[in-house]
Amino acid sequence: MQDRPTETTQPASRAARIEACLRRAFAPEAIAVEDDSARHFGHAGYRPEGETHYNVRLVAAAFRGQSRVARSRAVHAALVEEFAGGMHALSLRLLTPEEAAAER
Amino acid sequence: MSNVVFERIQQEVTENPVVLYMKGTPMFPQCGFSARVVQILMHMGVKFKGVNVLEDPSLREGIKQYSNWPTIPQLYVGGEFVGGCDIVSEMFQAGELQQHLADKGIATQPAA
Repeated sequence: MQDRPTETTQPASRAARIEACLRRAFAPEAIAVEDDSARHFGHAGYRPEGETHYNVRLVAAAFRGQSRVARSRAVHAALVEEFAGGMHALSLRLLTPEEAAAER
Repeated sequence: MSNVVFERIQQEVTENPVVLYMKGTPMFPQCGFSARVVQILMHMGVKFKGVNVLEDPSLREGIKQYSNWPTIPQLYVGGEFVGGCDIVSEMFQAGELQQHLADKGIATQPAA
């Protein structure tokens, strides 16, 4: 699972924590977490130390039968500590395996 | 969170068919996510009330608790929470936002 061996001695980045947390909570078929903080330089919520803005794409069977709002709420709930710890923005693309297949 | 803030929100979303809690104003959004939702609503020709949460710290926190949603912007239609920037964008692209507004009896005037 850990595919960045050079980072193992560093404190986990927020992106790595988000990914680990979402893997545990949703057992996703696919997951991508992108730290988008640099693109928001100087904007509201920006902090010099970064780690404020994230884009997440998550494909999980757990989303079947759930509304968009319900899917997002489930992700927010899983990441409540990151919001409390200074995460400012989280852009979500939450798909069932079927929806992800239709996208291709 | 004080009842005063919840009551204010409740009244706002009840009295106005479409309300956007945002950073900045519709004319001068101060956040890219708020700007995108404004752009979509304006493109659809929807009349909406923009509420600038940056003017009131208690509202900025209160709206998050009211909706159980941790980020801003937040769109309300017919008194109900619809979503933030991602959901509004996805619904618009899928044609669902137009349908949702029509179902609530809210007029849109798509740009010619």
